Amino acid sequence: MTLLDFARGIGLQIAMLVLIVGLCWRFSAILLLRQRPQLALSRASLLGQIAGGAAMIFSRSVPRRSFRRRIGISILLSTIFHVGLFTIIFGGAPHILVIHQLIGLSWTNLPKGVVVIISGLTLAAMIAMLIRRIVHPVMRLLSTADDYLTWLFVFLPVVTGILLSGETIAGYETLLALHILSVEMMMIWLPFGKLMHGVLVIASRGTMGFNFARKGAAT
Amino acid sequence: MVESETLGETLQRRGFSRRSLLKFAIAMTSSLALPPSVAPLMAANLARARRRSVIWLSFQECTGCLETLLRSSSPTIDALIFDFISLDYQEALMAAAGTAAERTLREAVAANKGEYLLAIDGSIPTKDGGVYSLTGGRSNHDMLMEFAADAKAVLAIGTCAAYGGIPKAFPNPTGAVGVEDLVTDKPIVNIPGCPPVPEVLSGVLVHFISFGKLPDLDDRKRPLAYFGTTIHDQCYRRPFYDQGKFAKSFDDEGARQGWCLFELGCKGPITHNACASLKWNGGTSFPIESGHGCIGCSEPDFWDKGSFYTSLAGGSATGWRNAGLAAAVGIASGAAAALSSKLRAEPAKPRPENKP
Repeated sequence: MTLLDFARGIGLQIAMLVLIVGLCWRFSAILLLRQRPQLALSRASLLGQIAGGAAMIFSRSVPRRSFRRRIGISILLSTIFHVGLFTIIFGGAPHILVIHQLIGLSWTNLPKGVVVIISGLTLAAMIAMLIRRIVHPVMRLLSTADDYLTWLFVFLPVVTGILLSGETIAGYETLLALHILSVEMMMIWLPFGKLMHGVLVIASRGTMGFNFARKGAAT
Repeated sequence: MVESETLGETLQRRGFSRRSLLKFAIAMTSSLALPPSVAPLMAANLARARRRSVIWLSFQECTGCLETLLRSSSPTIDALIFDFISLDYQEALMAAAGTAAERTLREAVAANKGEYLLAIDGSIPTKDGGVYSLTGGRSNHDMLMEFAADAKAVLAIGTCAAYGGIPKAFPNPTGAVGVEDLVTDKPIVNIPGCPPVPEVLSGVLVHFISFGKLPDLDDRKRPLAYFGTTIHDQCYRRPFYDQGKFAKSFDDEGARQGWCLFELGCKGPITHNACASLKWNGGTSFPIESGHGCIGCSEPDFWDKGSFYTSLAGGSATGWRNAGLAAAVGIASGAAAALSSKLRAEPAKPRPENKP
């Protein structure tokens, strides 16, 4: 069995099973957790609360004016990284192919050159974000091993993907195996670290906005 | 059989000029990725060379490799090269049979001890004492070990001889293995492919006859000149891969436009062979040119690497049953964690009433 056989076979199966166990564990634990009783009267109608939830999904992506100067660079790098990663995953032909094989959905892919350029920008943004995290005293203080591991498990697929697209350093087979293995590491890590925000971000912001609206706070 | 006539004399007798031999040498140096300056030396060495004895044993195989090599091209100087080797034993081609064939084999080995090339096509069954493939009552394993011992080098022709091939496919009922799994003390050249590209065998033989040694090999003992790059690297559809233009089915507009067959399961990116450069049937075409993706037939265990029509981007996802079990385990764990949290939490205390 070659490394690629392992990555495409048993490695992928293990990663998928761990991902499913982890996601179900997180979802069921969150949904079944003890809820605080709501004793106060709501300040908004149900429709208003839903609107508040929907608004916060987007509003939390835009920094408040008073913070813009201080965190503008973080927001810029983060936006480049997130948009880049989204474009790579959903614009790259091999990725669309995997999605098609898994759930049957398919769409037109971006040219390889465009994906490679966006990958390069994404990689640069990730490195800059890491440097900022290490250099900035408050960021460094707030950072835990979870932050660095999450960065690493996202960084590796991007790096191996770029190497694979150029077929440099090693042969296509080896690079493809390393790329798939790095994605599998990310899949395994996803439910157990801060990477889970990628799955929960919309639901958590929506819930928070819903509760804020209920209490009459700005969303 | 040892003949005194040199190749130069043979060619002269058959009406070939020195110039044609030089042109052939230039083509072969190019094919073998040697510097052009080596061509005159190769031509001179070829002209001086004498017939090399080749003993060809067919084991657990389909004869496809031999058929391909025999029908490689019109009888040109390549054919003469094949004439120039003394194929002293090949069961499918020789007129002799039975004990006469056995006697021929023994005589050829005795006359060329330590100098003959041993060519093998087919895998070697090792299970149950190798009873699944016998020649004259002897197992392939015993024959290989006996005749490899006195050979100058061993050529494993075809994927079966090189890596076990289709007979080795899961569950490998005969315990099939390739030559290199058994012969460890002789130079081995693997020429994989199902079937192998005939010109690769020509190139290896020319190199051996010209320079008295085998060509440079890669880590899988394949001639580097022919197996150094992948089909994907040499494919004329590669620009479409880079542009992200893929055929989605074998009869769609993309397929008609000659777009990349990656999404239709082409294994070109992980397959090392010379199909895309040397092509088949006298340079007519190769499978991708005919509209079908590469199936990776020259790579080890190609038969067990999933469907020929599953893209390399995909993989063997876990089944719905296992996914359901995993989900159940996850939900149970989450529920247990939530329950534990509830039990550990202190009960809400009643708020003290405000006294006036």
